Amino acid sequence: MALSTHRSTATLLRHLKATTTTTIPFLRNLSTNSTSTITVETSVPFTGHKIDPPSRSVETTPQELMSFFRDMALMRRKEIAADSLYKAKLIRGFCHLYDGQEAVAVGMEAAITKKDCIITAYRDHCIFLGRGGTLLESFAELMGRKDGCSKGKGGSMHFYKKEGGFYGGHGIVGAQIPLGCGLAFSQKYKNEENVTFTLYGDGAANQGQLFEALNMAALWDLPAILVCENNHYGMGTAEWRAAKSPAYYKRGDYVPGLKVDGMDALAVKQACSFAKEHALKNGPIILEMDTYRYHGHSMSDPGSTYRTRDEISGVRQERDPIERVRKLLLLHDIANEKELKDIEKEVRKEVDEAIAKAKESPLPEPSELFINVYVKGYGAESFGADRKEVRAVLP
Amino acid sequence: MAAISQGIEATTALFLANSNKFLFSSCGSSLSEKKRNFFVVKSDGKSYSGLNQQQRRAQKVVTNAIATKKDKAPSSTASKPGHELLLFEALREGLEEEMDRDPCVCVMGEDVGHYGGSYKVTKGLAEKYGDLRVLDTPIAENSFTGMGIGAAMSGLRPIVEGMNMGFLLLAFNQISNNCGMLHYTSGGQFKIPIVIRGPGGVGRQLGAEHSQRLESYFQSIPGIQMVACSTAYNAKGLMKAAIRSENPVILFEHVLLYNLKERIPDEEYVLNLEEAEMVRPGEHVTILTYSRMRYHVMQAAKTLVNKGYDPEVIDIRSLKPFDLYTIGNSVKKTHRVLIVEECMRTGGIGASLTAAITENFHDYLDAPIVCLSSQDVPTPYSGTLEEWTVVQPAQIVAAVEQLCQLLR
Repeated sequence: MALSTHRSTATLLRHLKATTTTTIPFLRNLSTNSTSTITVETSVPFTGHKIDPPSRSVETTPQELMSFFRDMALMRRKEIAADSLYKAKLIRGFCHLYDGQEAVAVGMEAAITKKDCIITAYRDHCIFLGRGGTLLESFAELMGRKDGCSKGKGGSMHFYKKEGGFYGGHGIVGAQIPLGCGLAFSQKYKNEENVTFTLYGDGAANQGQLFEALNMAALWDLPAILVCENNHYGMGTAEWRAAKSPAYYKRGDYVPGLKVDGMDALAVKQACSFAKEHALKNGPIILEMDTYRYHGHSMSDPGSTYRTRDEISGVRQERDPIERVRKLLLLHDIANEKELKDIEKEVRKEVDEAIAKAKESPLPEPSELFINVYVKGYGAESFGADRKEVRAVLP
Repeated sequence: MAAISQGIEATTALFLANSNKFLFSSCGSSLSEKKRNFFVVKSDGKSYSGLNQQQRRAQKVVTNAIATKKDKAPSSTASKPGHELLLFEALREGLEEEMDRDPCVCVMGEDVGHYGGSYKVTKGLAEKYGDLRVLDTPIAENSFTGMGIGAAMSGLRPIVEGMNMGFLLLAFNQISNNCGMLHYTSGGQFKIPIVIRGPGGVGRQLGAEHSQRLESYFQSIPGIQMVACSTAYNAKGLMKAAIRSENPVILFEHVLLYNLKERIPDEEYVLNLEEAEMVRPGEHVTILTYSRMRYHVMQAAKTLVNKGYDPEVIDIRSLKPFDLYTIGNSVKKTHRVLIVEECMRTGGIGASLTAAITENFHDYLDAPIVCLSSQDVPTPYSGTLEEWTVVQPAQIVAAVEQLCQLLR
């Protein structure tokens, strides 16, 4: 997914008058040429606060755009499947869906490596997938089965993937922000050239711990990037009713900020790689992703009591991230309608298979209740309180 | 003993030499795989170690489990082994040894660096280890505790100092949800080897907000361990054990105990986090206590001994989980229990301990468990009122007399 750095002089924006349903065979060879760079302009320019925003032109390759499409289609399909599973009472408790916001997950992933850390709040299903989580792990976790990423003990709000650098998955609004600064502190302490992306929402942007953590990150130049996924509603409260200043990218005051169109995966990618560069040199930066969620806050929220259905469908028509990438793919003749539809069908099948497999996964054993409460080992020959179980023996 | 000191010197030299470029390849990986030359002293005086038989015979162990020192003769200092220091210095020594041993250990808290710590526990460490390892944080308990937990998740071993335990109430969300539960909710993927420490308890007229006993609030959090130190010896040992533990540990110190002087061994020792300390073996009644109340109990014990009673005093040390083994053995011997604690009457450690003992050892009890705790009031400023909120030795003597009368 690395950006190809050399510019191919022959490749520019191509305007095709022909309808996208028919494609001349010989032109299709261009789509598989993954080294060709396409330069795309983001839909909206970036707005900076105390920083010069990056350029609007983003370089990408056909391969990358295809992977964006596929990943976002997978995430969208997964969230819709989770919706039906919840209504079928296979998923209980809280289920916060990310559909509409997929561009943030996918664009961020494109700009960074697995050594960079991401930490987010409870709307974590798609970011988990982006970080290398499998569909089986996520569905099994949602249904409380043993094969889940947290062995069924975490649930929707507690997805973690240590190998992928994904630190969760947190239920309390805003509590993940100091944790993210701690991850950045650790990266600085160990002299790693990596950054931490700490995601939070517009609701959490009013939490005190955000500003406390921001102060510390700025004080010690920690490589922390705070990303506000502004979907304009903190559960049922619109942003203008909750925040005196809804310009979240400006609220860092002494910390530079950037406002990004969060429904445009390429803009997100550009902003994230810009932010990573900045954070490694100068310390924290705030990114505000202007995004939107189609579902309500969670499955128990219809999502229509505080906003109109017209608004939702309006955003879906004009700003949908998958549609945007689809148009780009068709415009640059990287794929045709049929191929894209095939990908969507394939993705749907993948999701259905994963759900079937997850349904077969067993529920955890009763003994799992007490496992992982404490870490076993290391310490003197210490026993449990009843002296029957040796916890650890010194070497 | 020679082998141990050589081992320690070698490792110390290695870390000091490399202090400029932090060797972090071992950060995050378990140090338990490497061989360590140190030994553990249990409170009953038995010691064992990872060394072979030969070396073990060559060791000399000085244990000093009993808090009240019988000999106060001034001439005894030169000939006795070990070195004398105050409790806060013992904490510092333990901290320094662990920071030398493992470059992942770092301290963060308010005024721990340049100021040296409000109770001088971290004095001199910032000059030695640098500002990043002994981090002065702004006054933001919630976030710097959260930061410590995040750092622990990714391989460091931070020690978070609350200037006063009462301030950590602001960090309760982080301690409860993230610190205690992350290992479980992540299915074992992340461990949080953090130590949260600080002074608590009723001091000398510090006022209500600065005299809080947080052990009662934290005791229900699953996934954490709580220990309370009471002597210089166990302070150093528990500090080292807490830092080495892979679980989050909350170490409760007491504001009034920092200047206790004691002689501790020169050799490296690590105490057991889950074990209680037998302070004074006896036959008539089991008195369970911890932290500062240990000294009130020992004072009362002197009076009781003069009156002909033989109390068994146990410093429970481990507040979560309770060392029901030691406690149970004592109950089975004496059949009477008195708990003396500084927590409030409602919902304190004593309340939980009473429930635990009744549940497990009910058949061995000859009398109901008596629990002496502080009054359920905010600690007043005025000296005499403050004295009345906390358990005093006279009350302990009276309680023991009443308990033992039930048999006579």
